[in-house]
Amino acid sequence: MEKVAKKFKGLSRELMALRVANELEDGTYVNLGIGIPTLVSDWIEGRDITLQAELGMLNTGPLASQEEVEQDLINASCQPVTELPGSCYFSENESFAMIRGGYMDVAVLGALQVSEKGDLAGWQNPGRGLPDDIGNIGGSMDLAVGARKVIIAMMHVTNDGQYKIVKECSYPLTAKGVVTLIVTDLSVIEVTPKGLVLQEVAAGLTAEDIQSVTEPKLIISPDLMEMQF
Amino acid sequence: MDKVYPSVDEAVADIPDGASIAISGFFTAGTPIPLIKALAKQGAKDLTIICMQMGPGNEDINELVINKQVKKAICNYPFYRSASRGADSPAEQAVRAGELEMEVYPMGTFSEKLRAAGAGIAAFYTPTGVGTVVETGKEKKTFDGREYLLELALKPDYAFVYAYKGDSMGNLTCHMTARNYNPEVAAAGRITIAAVENLVKTGELEGDMVHIPGVYVQRVVKVERPEYFPSID
Repeated sequence: MEKVAKKFKGLSRELMALRVANELEDGTYVNLGIGIPTLVSDWIEGRDITLQAELGMLNTGPLASQEEVEQDLINASCQPVTELPGSCYFSENESFAMIRGGYMDVAVLGALQVSEKGDLAGWQNPGRGLPDDIGNIGGSMDLAVGARKVIIAMMHVTNDGQYKIVKECSYPLTAKGVVTLIVTDLSVIEVTPKGLVLQEVAAGLTAEDIQSVTEPKLIISPDLMEMQF
Repeated sequence: MDKVYPSVDEAVADIPDGASIAISGFFTAGTPIPLIKALAKQGAKDLTIICMQMGPGNEDINELVINKQVKKAICNYPFYRSASRGADSPAEQAVRAGELEMEVYPMGTFSEKLRAAGAGIAAFYTPTGVGTVVETGKEKKTFDGREYLLELALKPDYAFVYAYKGDSMGNLTCHMTARNYNPEVAAAGRITIAAVENLVKTGELEGDMVHIPGVYVQRVVKVERPEYFPSID
């Protein structure tokens, strides 16, 4: 397969996180998954967005400085964080009650593959060689089915140039038909009942460029624009 | 009622071979490290360990795997995130070698299985895992047009929990995100052993600040606050 990964220079992880942050509305409750999604927190300081950490915290603050580290206060990626006014704590069980109960407006998750039907595969890479029912599911499946909106933040293709936006996921699924928006280093793609709609492309790229690194046929939005920050 | 044990070694002394033990903790936070170390020293074998992870953030659990004390692990995020780090992890190696049985559940299902066990609920329906490998072998039922999986309660023989503060009756107060699984793990265990940083006399804990009522806790043991930098990398 063509090494599409090196074909285009995409956005940095930080700019991808900023693009996701711009998608979030004020007054919402949001859960950020491990990886690129965690970086979104750097771009929402001061905004009226309440982050949930699934180990049992609402209104999670920014990462702690060396002096601020409190070992009992971490985010779901095991990074020391800080409190904000209005932060509160609760048990794991209650945390997932609020996730499944539909109280999270948005979950921002990473992914290994997303299909044109919005299926999400993100918890197990078969390349790791483990049995297909064993791996780090963590909170991903509950968040994927529980959040009202699931935004994926991921690289457009794998490091070795394989499609990540696919017709059918070949990796074990996290959930079916849950993804609403895909933000990559190259584009912004909306998942709709008609298929994947290309809404935005990174500066210097064309719709044809994005199609060349995307397995399913893209519908080009009549309002296609360059990604804005 | 005085549930205080003089040491972690005495608190875990009667755990027999073949016991199932739920251990709280989300990576480093709220993990009862002194009890895990005491269990490794005690040496009970053929154990079923019910714990979010087998290594990342709770490295002391590796000791149980290396000692071949663990027959089966029930987890939701068992391994290191990085595959290269995982290749060196005793639990991941043992699973690959077929020496350690493992069941993995979604995190919310995992905690609800423990909650159900502590609350006298035999099973529950959850939408999580429908259409994935998690649904294999499970009853599916449709309510209001949406599919759900039947998941069973998970009742361990013993439970290890961690609290910032506790009294001799077993009332416990957790600290910040170190609460995580502790309340449901405490309620699920037939015998729940609490490692407590600040042990106070009954009457010295404010009733409104109790996160885990003492009825769920059978043994209390004072431990020193472990010092570490939270990280799984």
